[in-house]
This record gives sequence, structure tokens and C-alpha cells, in this order.
Amino acid sequence: MSKQSELIKEISGVNPLKCMKCGKCSASCPSFNEMDIKPHQFVSYVQNEDIEALTQSKSLWKCLSCFACVERCPRGVKPGKLIDAARQVLIRQRGQEGLTANEIPALLDDETPQQLLMSAFRKYRR
Amino acid sequence: MKYSYYPGCTLRNKAKDLDLYARKCAVALGFELEELTDWQCCGGVYPLGSDEIASKLPSVRALNDAKQKGQDLVAVCSACYHVLKRVNDDMANVADIQTRANNYMALEEPYKGETAVLHFLEVLRDRVGFEELKKKVVNPLTGRKIGAYYGCLLLRPSDVMAFDDPENPTILEDFIRALGATPVVYPYRNECCGGYISLKEPNLAASMCDKITSSAAGFEADCLVTACPLCKYNLNKSGKLPIVYFTELLAEALGVKEGDK
Repeated sequence: MSKQSELIKEISGVNPLKCMKCGKCSASCPSFNEMDIKPHQFVSYVQNEDIEALTQSKSLWKCLSCFACVERCPRGVKPGKLIDAARQVLIRQRGQEGLTANEIPALLDDETPQQLLMSAFRKYRR
Repeated sequence: MKYSYYPGCTLRNKAKDLDLYARKCAVALGFELEELTDWQCCGGVYPLGSDEIASKLPSVRALNDAKQKGQDLVAVCSACYHVLKRVNDDMANVADIQTRANNYMALEEPYKGETAVLHFLEVLRDRVGFEELKKKVVNPLTGRKIGAYYGCLLLRPSDVMAFDDPENPTILEDFIRALGATPVVYPYRNECCGGYISLKEPNLAASMCDKITSSAAGFEADCLVTACPLCKYNLNKSGKLPIVYFTELLAEALGVKEGDK
């Protein structure tokens, strides 16, 4: 497990030990209500190397990368980067992608912008 | 003044108005947008992983092409601007990314973040000037109450984007004022529309967009203005207010909207 937490720290470039638990990230998060592990708790899970719980958490898939937590963190911990890194640890493995090509046709409508597909590919797959 | 121009994938398709009116307005305002040849899609979102290289290369190529032409690089789409600007920051300031990205580029002289990346709105504010813009308005949008929708990508993270005050931006309100309309300031103007989540979880994006449009409608905005095709798509679903591209309003005010569309 600790190997995965090292990987998350490396991919994110974030030092979770700098967190002072002020909760500003969770207060800013537009997906807060959707998350089982909240952004400030996410940081603690990485500190405690409890990565199994993180990779199974639905929070992983609810982060919008809106950068509100990144912008407002007074300690430069950037929880959004940690969450994305935990996601990367999963989706970089074959079979762990959050979006498959077969799913896509049913998700489109006449107005779907190319930008949405590109962004979703980046966020759900390698 | 001539700028290198990076339209991006969506401006060729679902967001043709964003592109067409940007080009027409540039002509009306006396500057030139010279589209880069062979640009590739920016990918839509900036790759957050600090070990990501390949996904940054389309941006690096565009940035280097602008450098070769000795021009600043202009984007109109919020997402393209965001990705180009952040990759450029990596190329200027992160030695590891600079080295590894250049390993793919086969350039005579490595690219080190020399190109200035500008959003079209920055060209209006910092190069043309809103006072000058005001003088060129032939069809002032008098009486229109317009809410600025900034969203995320133009503003955050502000240490890299350096576009405006991330919590209390003014550029779009100043833009709206220059066109003769009245800006409507409402609390959700820099909240997220849901972004990419609308593909797999449209209800989650819809609940966010509903808060945004309800807030703006509550402050009596007639419409919302955006620079982002994905924000427009997501906000449109709530159906409360018309969502328009800033270039469309600009073209209307400059009197170049009708014609060869």
C-alpha cells in the first residue's frame, strides 16, 4: 500500500503533510455532497497511506477539476491534484478505465461539443 | 498587429459562432488572427499528473510554432487557453518537463516557454483597450442586462493563469460595459458548470448549472455570456436563460454580426 501512496505523491507533486486541516477545500468543493470521502479527508487518507479506501471511493469520480480547492488552499496542498493522481493510479492500469469506447454513442446528443468528449477521455482514460 | 491563432477542435464544429465572430471582430478592431497551420487538439483538460508528457505535446507544438513566427498566441476557447497557458508555464519553469518534452520535438533550439499566451478577452483589455473598444461600438447594447459567466478555466489556478482576480473578476463586466450593456453581478459567476461530468452524469452537471442560471435570473440577467463551449452546452440544458458567446455580443455591438454567416 505504501508504494501506491508514494506513487500518488509523485504523480501529484503534492506533500499532504503540509495540510493544516482548515477544511477550506471541502467548503469550496461543488461536488462535496456527492463525495463519500471529502477533499480534506482525502488528504488524510494519503497521509495515512490508506490508499485502498481511496481507490474504491466514489469521490474519485466526482472531482470536476474546477480548481477551487487548489486556488483556495492556504498551504499549497492542492487536494484536486491528489484526487486526480489517485485516479491516475487506477486508470493507468488496463481494464480500470472509467469510460469505454462502447459506452460513448449512447451518451451523445446533437449538441455534444467535441470538447466534452476530449475532456472526458482525458479524465476517465489513459 | 498580427497574432498566431489557435482555434481548437470545438470551434471547428459545435462552436463555429465562437470562432467566426472572433475573426470578424478582429478585422473590425484592426488586428489579425493568423491561424496556425497543423495545430492539434489541446486535449480539453490540462493533464494534472506531473509525470505527463505526451499529452502536453500538442500544446508545445503550437506554442513553438507561434515562437517561430515571432507572434503571441491567441485562443478564444477557455479550455484551449487554459491548457496552452499551463503547458507553457511548465515549459518555462519545470526543468524535467522542459527537457523531456523537447526530447520529442527535434528542434534546433529547444522550446522554453518563450511564447506569450493570450485569451481574446485579454487582447481586448490589454492591447486594444476597453476605452478604444467602446469608441468602435456602432450598435451599443443599451438596456441589455447581461451576466458574465466565468466558470473555472479562465481564472484558476490564478498563480499560473494570471487572467484576473480569481474570486472577484471584472474583465467580462468591463467588456459588457464597453459594449453599452449593463453587467449583472451574481454570486455563482465563477462556480463550476460540471465540466466533463455531464457526459456520464448529466444530472450532477444539471444541478450545478441550475444554481448558476437561477442565481443569474434572480438578479434579473437577460442572458449569460461565456467563452467556453462546454459551459455553454451544460448551462443551455437548464433552459432558464439564453447563453451566448462573448464574441457574438461583440460582433453585434461592432455591427459585423450579419452577413456571410
